[in-house]
Amino acid sequence: MTDALLTGIVVFVLATFIGFEVINKIPPTLHTPLMSGSNAVSGIAVVGALLVAGDNHTNVATFLGLVAVVLAMINVVGGFLVTDRMLQMFKKKEVKA
Amino acid sequence: MNEILHSSIELSYLVASALFIIGLKKLGSPATARQGNAWAAVGMLVAVVATLLHQGVLNYSMIAVGLAIGSVIGVVMAQQVEMTAMPQMVGLLNGFGGAASALVAGAEFWRVSHLGEPIPLSETITIILGVLIGGITLTGSLLAFVKLQGLISGSPITFPFQQPFNLTLLATFLIGSAWIISEPTNQPVFLSLVGISLVLGVLFVLPIGGADTPVVISLLNSFSGLAASAAGFVLNNNMLIIAGALVGSSGIILTEIMCKAMNRSLTNVLFSAFGSSKTTSGDGKAGAIGDRTLHTIDTEEGAMMLGYAKSVVIVPGYGMAVAQAQHAVRELADQLERLGVEVKYAIHPVAGRMPGHMNVLLAEANVPYPQLYDMDDINPEFDRTDVALVIGANDVVNPAARHNTSSPIYGMPILEVDKAHHTIVIKRGMNAGFSGVENELFYHDKTLMMFGSAKEVVTQLVSAVKEL
Repeated sequence: MTDALLTGIVVFVLATFIGFEVINKIPPTLHTPLMSGSNAVSGIAVVGALLVAGDNHTNVATFLGLVAVVLAMINVVGGFLVTDRMLQMFKKKEVKA
Repeated sequence: MNEILHSSIELSYLVASALFIIGLKKLGSPATARQGNAWAAVGMLVAVVATLLHQGVLNYSMIAVGLAIGSVIGVVMAQQVEMTAMPQMVGLLNGFGGAASALVAGAEFWRVSHLGEPIPLSETITIILGVLIGGITLTGSLLAFVKLQGLISGSPITFPFQQPFNLTLLATFLIGSAWIISEPTNQPVFLSLVGISLVLGVLFVLPIGGADTPVVISLLNSFSGLAASAAGFVLNNNMLIIAGALVGSSGIILTEIMCKAMNRSLTNVLFSAFGSSKTTSGDGKAGAIGDRTLHTIDTEEGAMMLGYAKSVVIVPGYGMAVAQAQHAVRELADQLERLGVEVKYAIHPVAGRMPGHMNVLLAEANVPYPQLYDMDDINPEFDRTDVALVIGANDVVNPAARHNTSSPIYGMPILEVDKAHHTIVIKRGMNAGFSGVENELFYHDKTLMMFGSAKEVVTQLVSAVKEL
């Protein structure tokens, strides 16, 4: 195995554990916003898409990358805004309470 | 110079990862949730900007167009979507994320297979994984979206020899993978693998219906994280691996919580085709033999019962959500409070289409947070409650879950509205709930039915209560 692959596996496993720890104490009220927010984070695929689309030679790969940029950006922007819309309402409610 | 640039990009990725973790952590508390979302969004911005500095990224004009188009579509979608359509929205966005990851893996395959150099085994395997997980996420999420949006029937769809067919397909995929590993430049085989992944996504969601669809969206959310991680392995990019792993684990936790609330295991949700006519036609009737008389009342009578009660517990369900009745419900509660009635809301963990769905809707209607009660807090209260007002909820108040061992929903924790002195149920018609099970609650002597769209009935109740 290459060094990069080994590092990747180590990073992946540790990050998974962080995910479990960070997330396992969440009140039910916030489950939908959490799902929506973490879904927006999964739009991180945009980073990969940019790297692939950024090649200066236009070919099939950069085209696929560009489509991926668009789709991932919808996921990112839509996801964060929708989450914010939901949480905005919780905010209002708290002020009232 | 390149050394410095490389280091700063990697360090920016570290900052972005930290922002994601802090953001997710803050999303866990109502007081900081909005802030947490903002932190995560800033993390994403950092990650994107850092990536743009990458020396391999040269084609800025094309990329700018792509980023702009995606952002505009995202903004429009986020602003247009109704609060009730949130589950579908998350499903749809999730599908896009999965598609992006699969495309990245596919693009990388095209690039390396045209280099004319031998492709390392690890690279081929990660590309296959990226395409498989991303493809399943894409078509699975789209199908879940279509089901929840009501474009096709939400009930489970099964066909003969479904399981053997799926297994054969999976086996074909594995054989194809082995082929690609031995001959990494074979494009037709690669495209077949893409096709099989997409079909697998459809077959995965097809037999899952009704109340289980959000569980699948949650699981697919986890998949989309894993797909991003796989893309990260393909590109050797730690940012993708970390963020993908975070989403992967969060999605699995949330999925488990949702399954627990329904007292079912994940395997059961995925493979039992629960709620299909085949499994429930017999069971549904078993609990409802005997007294099958419905008691109905009109809105004036209902208003009197509510207005002169000491305590009322409102139990909202999906029916309230589809009818957009949350504002009318809030108004009704206000009117009742004016008359000195103590009003509480009982929120079942899976009321609506996903956990927290009711909280979001009631928050939209400015219902004060302290009036919302979780299932465990409100259940002991029903004994002392004069009227439980069930608005468009069904399975989550079905007493069969407590005692009818033959019922498919037996064992699921429910809101015990049947213990209140009276129960008023607002319902569109006598259709069974999403589980396909009939509800014996409706036939109880203490239960009074009001048929009609939740919004209309509640609005009529409001004006009737005003006249008391």
